[in-house]
Amino acid sequence: MIRDALLLQLGYNATLVTLGATLLGMAAGVGGTFLFLRKRALVSDAISHATLPGVALAFMVMVTLGGTGRNLVGLLTGAALSAAVGLLLVSWLGTRTRLAEDAAIGSVLSVFFGFGIVLLTVIQTMSAGQQAGLEGFLLGSTAGMLRSDAMVIAVSAALTLALVMLMRRPLTLASFDPEYAVSIGQDVRRTDLAMMGLVLAVTVVGLKIVGLILIVALLIIPPVTARFWTERTDHVVMISGAVGGLSAYVGAALSAAIPAVPTGPIIVLVGFALFALSLLVAPGRGVVSALARHRTHQRRVHLRQGLLAMAQGQPIYENMTLRLLHRQGWARPDGVPTELGRGRAARALRDESRWRVIRSDPAFEAATAQDDGLTDIETVLTADQLAEVDARIPRAEVVA
Amino acid sequence: MSIKLASERHPETGQTSREDSPLAVRGMTVSYGQKPAVFSVDMTVEPGKMTAIIGPNGAGKSTLLKAALGIHKPLAGTTTVFGKPVGAQRHRIAYVPQRASVDWDFPTRVIDVVLMGLYPQLGLLGRVRPAHRARAEDCLTRVGMEDFASRQIGQLSGGQQQRVFLARALAQDADLYLLDEPFAGVDAATEKAIISVLKSLRDAGKTVVAVHHDLSTVTDYFDNVFLINTRRIAEGPVKTTFVTANLQDAYGGRLAGAQMEALALS
Repeated sequence: MIRDALLLQLGYNATLVTLGATLLGMAAGVGGTFLFLRKRALVSDAISHATLPGVALAFMVMVTLGGTGRNLVGLLTGAALSAAVGLLLVSWLGTRTRLAEDAAIGSVLSVFFGFGIVLLTVIQTMSAGQQAGLEGFLLGSTAGMLRSDAMVIAVSAALTLALVMLMRRPLTLASFDPEYAVSIGQDVRRTDLAMMGLVLAVTVVGLKIVGLILIVALLIIPPVTARFWTERTDHVVMISGAVGGLSAYVGAALSAAIPAVPTGPIIVLVGFALFALSLLVAPGRGVVSALARHRTHQRRVHLRQGLLAMAQGQPIYENMTLRLLHRQGWARPDGVPTELGRGRAARALRDESRWRVIRSDPAFEAATAQDDGLTDIETVLTADQLAEVDARIPRAEVVA
Repeated sequence: MSIKLASERHPETGQTSREDSPLAVRGMTVSYGQKPAVFSVDMTVEPGKMTAIIGPNGAGKSTLLKAALGIHKPLAGTTTVFGKPVGAQRHRIAYVPQRASVDWDFPTRVIDVVLMGLYPQLGLLGRVRPAHRARAEDCLTRVGMEDFASRQIGQLSGGQQQRVFLARALAQDADLYLLDEPFAGVDAATEKAIISVLKSLRDAGKTVVAVHHDLSTVTDYFDNVFLINTRRIAEGPVKTTFVTANLQDAYGGRLAGAQMEALALS
C-alpha cells in the first residue's frame, strides 16, 4: 500500500495531492531559505496565523453576496489580504515602536488567530456555515482537492522558484550584509518586501494542504536541514528545496496510504525525520561528526602534550596521556619513554621551534593559520621552506 | 534653515569646493530617539587623500558615515559624492562595514564574499565568468588572503575577516573608499597589510575615509583628520588640525593633558 502510494498508484486524487504537495514543499523550502538566513523565520508564523480572519471574513462576504462561500480563490484572497495586514503590523511595531520583533510577532500572531477563531464560531451559527469546512484551513485537508487547486499550487511554486532565482543576489546580500547592500545602491526594504511577499504566497497556497498552523514548519525545517550539509548559500537553497519536496512527497503518499491520517502533520514529521538525520550524521556540522572530531582532537592534544613533556624531561600526570602514549608504543605504562618515543618527542620539540619561527613571520600567514600545536609541520610546508625555517632557529634550540 | 546655520558656523576654509569633493556632507543631523548622535555636521573630504574621522566613543563617527551612505536616515542634511547626490554615485563608492556587523556563520566562502563586490557589475543574472573569478582572486592576493579563497568565512580570524571585507571593496574598483573602524580588533600583521593597501589606493589617486579610534597612529597613517563629537570640531591636514586645542575640544576631560601633548603635533 505504501509502496503503491510512493509510486503514485493510488488513484487520481491521491496522485494529485502528492504532486501538489511536492511542488508546494519545494517552493516552501526555497522560499523559506532566505527567511531563515535573514534570521526572520518566525515572521512566517505571524503571517500564517494572520490568514485566519481573512479566510473567515472572505467566507462571510461571499455568503452575504449570495454564494456558497466555498470558492477557493475567494478564500485565499481573503487569507492573503489579512496576512498582509498582519505582516505590515509586525514590521510597523518592530520599526516604529520600542517593541522588539519577537514581541511584535507574538502579539500579532495571537490576536489575529484569536479573532479568526471568534469569526469561525460566528460562522458556525450561520445557516450556510454548517458545512463550510473552514476548520480544514487549520490543519489542512486534502480530501477534496481539485485539479484546479493543484494547478494553482503548481503555478505558484514555479513562480516562487523563478523569483528566488531572479533575486538570489539581492536576497543573499540583504541576508548577509544589509548595510553593504545599501551602500551599493540596493533597496533592502524592497528586497525584504519581496521576500515576505514570497513567503506570504507560499503560505496562502499551502493553507489547503498543510494548514496554517503547520505551514511554518515547511518554511523553516528544510533550510535548517539543508544548512547541515553545505557552506554555500546557493547549495542551501537547492538542498532546502529538495528536502521540502521530498518531505511533502513522502508525507502526502503516506497519508494517502494510511486512512484517516492527516496530510499536513505527516509531511511535517517526515521533514523532522530528515532534520534529525542531518543533525546526527551530516559531515562537518552534524553531532556525530562533531563528537568524533572532538575525540580525535582530544587524543592528539594528549599525545602531543605527552611528547613535549617527555622531551623536556617533565613528569606526566594525566592517566589518559599515559594510556595513549603507551598504546602508541611511545612510553612504558609508568611514563618512561621508549626508544621510539624518545625520537618522536625530539621531533615534537623541534616542530615547536619551527612553528615559533613561522608565527613571527607574516609571509607564512597561511601556514600559521594551520598552527594548532598538533599538525605535523611537514604537511604544511615544503622541504625547501622547512630548510629555510630551520636555518633561522637559534642554535641553542636545535635538537639533533 | 539648519543647513544655512551650519555653514555659517563652519565657513569653508580649505581649497576643496563641494563640487570637487569626493564626499561632501552639509547640515547632517541624525537622532536616535530624541538625542542627536550627529548634529548639524558639515564635512568636505579632500580628494586623493586619506582622511581619519576621529572622536571619542559615541561621538557619532560611524553614524556620520552611515548617514552619508543612506544606511541611516538622517533627520536633516545632504550628501554629495563628486558633486552629485550620493544615490547617483553608488558605483564610485566602496564601503567596508564594521566586521562585527555581520554573522560570520553565514553559509558562504571567502571568494563568494569578494564576488559580492562585483554584484553591481554582474547584475541580477549575469554569469560569474573566469575573468570575474580571477579579479576576485587578485583582490584577495592584494590583501594577502589568496590561500583562503575556498574557506568558509566562519573559519577566519578577526583580522582575516577584515581583509576579506577590504578585498570585496577593492573588487568594486571605486574612487571613494569608506571604512568603518578597519583596525578594530585586528592583529598587527593585518593592520600593516590594510594600511599598505589603503596607501597604495591613495597613491593611485583614490580617496580614502576611515573611522579611526587609535589616536597614536593618526599621524603615521593619515593625511587629514576630521574631528567630531556630535558636532564637527575641526577638519583639515593632520599637521594643522591634529593639535592639542582641537583634541581638547573633541575629547574634553577624556584625555589627560600629557596624553594629548604626546599625541598631537603642537
